Amino acid sequence: MGTGRLYAAVAVGGFRRFATYRTATAAGVFTNTVFGLILAYVFIALWDTRPHLGGYDQAQALTYVWLGQALLMVVAVMGGGFEDELIERIRTGDIAIDLYRPADLQLWWLAQDAGRALFHLLGRGVIPLAFGAVFFDLALPASPLTWIAFLLAVVLGVVVSFALRFLVALSAFWLLDGAGTAQLAWITGIFCSGMLLPLNVFPGALGEVVRALPWSSLIQAPVDVLLGTADPVGTYAFQAAWAVGLLAAGRLVQSVATRRVVVQGG
Amino acid sequence: MDEKPGFERSVRGDGPGRADASWARQGAYARLREGVRAYGMIAAMWIRSTMAYRASFVMTTIGNFAGTALDFVAILLMFSQVDRLGGYSLPEVAFLYGVAGTAFGIADLALGSMDRLGRRVRDGTLDTLLVRPVPVLAQVAADRFALRRLGRITQGLLVLGYAIAVLDISWTPLRLLMIPLMLLSGGVIFSAVFVGGAAFQFVAQDASEVQNSFTYGGSTLLQYPPTVFAKDLLRGVTFVFPLAFVNWLPALYVLGRPYPLDLPTWVAFTPPLVAAGCCALAGVAWRAGLRSYRSTGS
Repeated sequence: MGTGRLYAAVAVGGFRRFATYRTATAAGVFTNTVFGLILAYVFIALWDTRPHLGGYDQAQALTYVWLGQALLMVVAVMGGGFEDELIERIRTGDIAIDLYRPADLQLWWLAQDAGRALFHLLGRGVIPLAFGAVFFDLALPASPLTWIAFLLAVVLGVVVSFALRFLVALSAFWLLDGAGTAQLAWITGIFCSGMLLPLNVFPGALGEVVRALPWSSLIQAPVDVLLGTADPVGTYAFQAAWAVGLLAAGRLVQSVATRRVVVQGG
Repeated sequence: MDEKPGFERSVRGDGPGRADASWARQGAYARLREGVRAYGMIAAMWIRSTMAYRASFVMTTIGNFAGTALDFVAILLMFSQVDRLGGYSLPEVAFLYGVAGTAFGIADLALGSMDRLGRRVRDGTLDTLLVRPVPVLAQVAADRFALRRLGRITQGLLVLGYAIAVLDISWTPLRLLMIPLMLLSGGVIFSAVFVGGAAFQFVAQDASEVQNSFTYGGSTLLQYPPTVFAKDLLRGVTFVFPLAFVNWLPALYVLGRPYPLDLPTWVAFTPPLVAAGCCALAGVAWRAGLRSYRSTGS
């Protein structure tokens, strides 16, 4: 089996694994829609008071809300992807078996996470966005090119998100219990990704800092590409730089961790 | 087994054979007392087990506090750009937020583990709970009792304290009485939502996330002024799914503001009645759910 085919198979596995739980997916779509509805009204009130807040008009702000709900699971802002399993494998010592496998640890999990992200895009993303488009006045682009540009930004966002969560999971080599770092990671993720509020609404220096951090690649960057409020090439460069840097950091940490690893369990 | 002190003996009753025969004869009050007693013992057991990892407890409590505080940070960020949201000032929104957050925190601490019921139905571990002579509701509610959820209540109370300190409310005895009244009835209303959601999981199993729409979603909704939302949504959460009685109706009375729907003033005093009604409905739903339970059989 060629290497490419191996990782493709892992990705398909990741997709099918999440696709198995249909009721759970429907329930998740319902919840995303309810939260989208609440946020949409809050944003309408906000943009009624301050039109053009953060450079968005009201339709763009509403598009932001519904895209945020659609992407929340895709870029796993709140975690819940592969990292829980990897942490568990590190804690129990099963990681030793993974390290013996003739496959690259990081690429293996990246492939799996890519499959998951594709499923969440289709299964969890499309319906809330469609609901928002039907019941609210959204600024969705007509050009298919913009949509393709958006999807590319989403792909890069997923890779940055993966690279961050890979580092979170590796912390378990030192801490054994990854719950603390995972919690810290989702709090940071929600705050810095633009899930809480668009990052260009953040005031002053705080806004500049959060926009420069990797988490802005997850929600803010793809949404800005779709809305046409950011230059796609510059956005890709920003996301790709963080993706490469964080993936490299992940490899470095992995090599340090595996050199000093003490396998748990007999 | 009788020599062993603690959980096992006390939960299973004082002697063999007592449970089934006497239960049918017990009155509702005695059963409630038994349930609360069992709940207390199971919760105490989980607290003891949590305290074995004290550092982890401190960290997760701080995490719970910080995670909850994010919602308020969002409101602060909004108010860094606007003076009023839906016609409400920051302290007024903080007042709504504090009441909703604390009321939800109380329910979350008491019954927050109930969203694990779907898992127990799926893997069949609910059977273990059914054979014990203790009300199943008490066991499910106290299952994995998480003291770290005090973080949420603390956060809600802090914001409420800030709001009360800053707001210029013309206090009357009635308005003062309203504060504990709405925190408690709000907690009970949210608790009823948790129980109702758990009952739904007997049917839905995997769909436990739907419950989050009404618990977490509901508390998010109530953090904002009602003027922000569409009238139909307000009618829905007032007349159909009475979340508005957690804080909007009573809190607007304290703030001296009108509720966007045209309702008489006395409605502000009805949260305890609504809470009692919600409990009755949740109880019916729970019994129906429990009765419909079929074990996985594997």
